[in-house]
Amino acid sequence: MRKILLPLLCSLWLSAPAMAAIDTYEFETQAEQDRYRKLIEELRCPKCQNQNIADSNAPISLDLREETFRMMTEEKMTDEQIVDFLVERYGDFVRYKPPVDKRTLVLWYGPFALLGFGFLMLVIIVVRRRKDSHGPDSKASLSGDEQQRLNELLNQPRESADK
Amino acid sequence: MSKARLLAVCLVLAGVAGFAWMSIYGLHNDPRELPSALLDKPFPEFSQPALGEPERLLTRNDFLGRPALVNVWATWCPTCRQEHAYFNKLAAQGVPIYGINYKDEEDKAQKWLLDLKDPYVMNVSDPRGSLGMNLGVYGAPETFIIDSEGVIRFKYVGAVDDRVWKEKMAPVYEGLLKP
Repeated sequence: MRKILLPLLCSLWLSAPAMAAIDTYEFETQAEQDRYRKLIEELRCPKCQNQNIADSNAPISLDLREETFRMMTEEKMTDEQIVDFLVERYGDFVRYKPPVDKRTLVLWYGPFALLGFGFLMLVIIVVRRRKDSHGPDSKASLSGDEQQRLNELLNQPRESADK
Repeated sequence: MSKARLLAVCLVLAGVAGFAWMSIYGLHNDPRELPSALLDKPFPEFSQPALGEPERLLTRNDFLGRPALVNVWATWCPTCRQEHAYFNKLAAQGVPIYGINYKDEEDKAQKWLLDLKDPYVMNVSDPRGSLGMNLGVYGAPETFIIDSEGVIRFKYVGAVDDRVWKEKMAPVYEGLLKP
């Protein structure tokens, strides 16, 4: 058993550095490297769609990483300039964080609007329930209109009362 | 049923219907088809050698003067081989096609043109894919239609065949031919 296990373990150990060597860019500072990392994680691969260019092995992602590195180090471009450069060529699609504009308004604020709508519904339902649960005892709390409506309902024939 | 309840039910039904419509619409929508960011923008400037002629520099100006197709191709791309015959046919019909040999090896590309016939007016060599990047190319083949002023009017990703040409590209191209 040992005879098989040892080479196996060795091969595992060997494969780790091979994977890390996919591309090695040298950065002057750790901050620069973090910035690069963050950028390529926020950029989406145009070819492989649901991957960012950091994770993708598609040739285009390799090119985009190289270009991002070059723009950062040689041209000293800001993050915004780099993203703009790519958006100009590949469209908003390359951004995992789409800009807030007319087309993306629903995307950005739709969930909050729905949440607000749901909350409003909840409030309405709760208020109504509460009103209903007061029952005949709380007669005093009914307004004139409500009392009238109650009388009407009570005087209605049975078959339509449950509709 | 009270009015409010009826309204609530209607709202929920409308929501469900909307969601269903979106899902069905989404099924017919190819997510790999990206809207080109360069549509209605000028073809990018470049200055790169012609394929097989390192001394002859081609620029954007060489593409101007008449509506034309610009095809991004490479020998490593099987779909390019598939569409090549159709480009031969289009070229024979008089459609000018400019080629961009994208991230390829020159000798392989030249052999390909000898073996499969050369439908291109001229070919720009783009071994590092820099022109490709300026064009927003993310995989060959991609085919652009430019007008006589060099403005990009259409982009298609994938193999151009009879159906694609007749349904999508010919109307744009023929529209540009009219004065």
